[in-house]
Amino acid sequence: MDRVKTSTLTGAEIVVRCLQAEGVEYVFGYPGGAVLFIYDELFKQDKVKHVLVRHEQGAAHAADGYSRASHKVGVCLVTSGPGVTNAVTGIATAYMDSIPMVIISGQVPTHAIGLDAFQEVDAVGVTRPCVKHNFLVKNVADLASTIKKAFHIAATGRPGPVLVDIPKDVTTHSCEFQYPESVAMRSYNPVRKGHAGQIKKAMQLLLEAQRPMVYTGGGVVLSNAAPQLRELVKLLGFPCTNTLMGLGAYPATDKQFLGMPGMHGTYEANMSMQHCDVLLAIGARFDDRVIGNPAHFAQNPRKIIHIDIDPSSISKRVKVDVPIVGNIADVLDDLLKLLRDAKPQDIGQWWKQIDEWRAKDCLRYDRNSKIIKPQFVLEKLYEVTQGEAFVTSDVGQHQMWAAQFYKFDQPRRWINSGGLGTMGFGLPAAMGVQLANPGSTVACVTGESSIQMCLQELSTCKQYRLPIKIINLNNKYMGMVRQWQQFFHGNRYSESYMDALPDFVKLAEGYGHSGRLVDKPADVEPALREAFARKNELVFLDFITDQKENVYPMIPGGKGITEMILYEDL
Amino acid sequence: MTRHIISVLVENEAGALSRIAGLFSARGYNIESLTVAPTEDASMSRMTVVTSGSEDVVEQITKHLNKLIEVVKVVDLSEAEHIERELMLIKVRAGQKEREDMKRMADIFRGRIIDVSDNTYTIELTGDGRKLDAFIQALDPGSIMETVRTGTSGIGRGNRVLRV
Repeated sequence: MDRVKTSTLTGAEIVVRCLQAEGVEYVFGYPGGAVLFIYDELFKQDKVKHVLVRHEQGAAHAADGYSRASHKVGVCLVTSGPGVTNAVTGIATAYMDSIPMVIISGQVPTHAIGLDAFQEVDAVGVTRPCVKHNFLVKNVADLASTIKKAFHIAATGRPGPVLVDIPKDVTTHSCEFQYPESVAMRSYNPVRKGHAGQIKKAMQLLLEAQRPMVYTGGGVVLSNAAPQLRELVKLLGFPCTNTLMGLGAYPATDKQFLGMPGMHGTYEANMSMQHCDVLLAIGARFDDRVIGNPAHFAQNPRKIIHIDIDPSSISKRVKVDVPIVGNIADVLDDLLKLLRDAKPQDIGQWWKQIDEWRAKDCLRYDRNSKIIKPQFVLEKLYEVTQGEAFVTSDVGQHQMWAAQFYKFDQPRRWINSGGLGTMGFGLPAAMGVQLANPGSTVACVTGESSIQMCLQELSTCKQYRLPIKIINLNNKYMGMVRQWQQFFHGNRYSESYMDALPDFVKLAEGYGHSGRLVDKPADVEPALREAFARKNELVFLDFITDQKENVYPMIPGGKGITEMILYEDL
Repeated sequence: MTRHIISVLVENEAGALSRIAGLFSARGYNIESLTVAPTEDASMSRMTVVTSGSEDVVEQITKHLNKLIEVVKVVDLSEAEHIERELMLIKVRAGQKEREDMKRMADIFRGRIIDVSDNTYTIELTGDGRKLDAFIQALDPGSIMETVRTGTSGIGRGNRVLRV
């Protein structure tokens, strides 16, 4: 039969054609037996570029970082068995932060499924609790429509990762190829518009508010609703806080911004969350790291408006008065229409109160220290990059300091694992961020413990010439673990000391990069300037920082949002 | 903690059942019983889940069920008038001595004897869960050899209909 006329393709060809049709620019992956035919097809074309990572966890994080920084669907490709189990941490990371991703995994041939074949794992079963949806494609005729559905599901509604598991024989079988133009699923129709009556109620509450507060999360970033949020907050003159996942949605340098709320949030943000009379929550989920103990939070009476695409996020931990289910950008557009001619209350008294809280200067630290303070490094990083960098982070103290001290004025610039809290995320995520934004400044803020969890990706950075700047805050401890042990476990630093650390400078050099050790406060700024001037190189800066520095403010686990430990209390 | 009976229309696809069962175990919701079978439309199955929890928890259960991609529709039947039925097959000792008594007991509960051997009866009994419990209570425990129950199925009363 004439192949061109009927366009009969093999499963492997179909996979690659689908990725091309979706406009996929990069696939992050690692080959193996079950995906050899797919890799063979990737080899024969150059539209879809493949980035070879050094570990599948890196592939998932890189695809995730790519998506966060670009608003496109991140794609990764892994083989069966260990390929997919290695990717699980990255998939779960994306799931917790609602990042749209498509993961294509190879599977053993259909006739071998269930027989404990070599490199067999029930990928659909293993990933089920940490994906938005997943598919096992047993028939090549279903392949194109399944991949189309996967991209559709990943990117719409509340986004999330979708896994497509493809047995090896399916990649060799042939069928006619036609990529569907659209998807219709009777069981999946995410809403866009919010309920008009509810939006009106929200408007009334906002206009009556004496002590209003706007609290927004990752949903605003995911929905690309930062412009609407800015207009709304400016129009109303209300104070605004962004969660760890939502930083950059409202400009951090604006005076209506109160900083981040939560366990390591600012005093003024947390006090305002507790004492406001109307709380407008947008794309945020009142999680335990933000409001602390929900019973304590409920002690103060306040009306809560909650806008979210996911109904199950509403009234989950906190009872809500005006729920609005819908896509945030659409809901805010509708709300803005109602508010443009309206006049809010004079909230001068409330601002006076907030300014008193602000005067506490809760992010204060010792600026005369002879040892490098990690906060100082981040302040200098902000200055040297003029607030324009994409900043990824790992998890722990350095992550909190970065969130507190780097003032993000734009969304999609701050890239971190907020929900799952995955150490090892920062470096591979930075690779995806850099590929999505070639020519932009990308910094990976990390610590000596986190960086060692996906260190192998330094090799990937070399291969693809990714000029990431690694800001390693090296205090020789798993700092956040040590801080909790200091506060809650009687200073017993059980297994949190990082002994036998490598020489990070030599290590970077070993991978073909350059590195520099910085151990004096006076050298911090020059080292940063020098590193960021090297536009085409990865530079690893190893800052030897104060081992005993803690992140303040801090709400101890299980305590209320206002029960903060402050630097000045000690 | 109140008992709720939730009906779910779900795409008849491999894995849908494990997704729903997985949701309940992952989020710590309890399942008293779960039944599932295809509907008159072979592309769709109907599931009945009996669960218990506070109003908040049950609200979360229905929201999370709705979020699953394969779930087409969810209704909490216990929010309005509805009918529940469960089927039980119970094998009891029925030798010469007990035969008459056992037959009478089955009749009282409107059970049907569907299999007979020299020393056993197998009785089919339909009703809500409490009726089946009552029948078991009414028997001498020593006479029960085996029971199998389907779990509860439910449907709304009158014009209340769950379909696409």
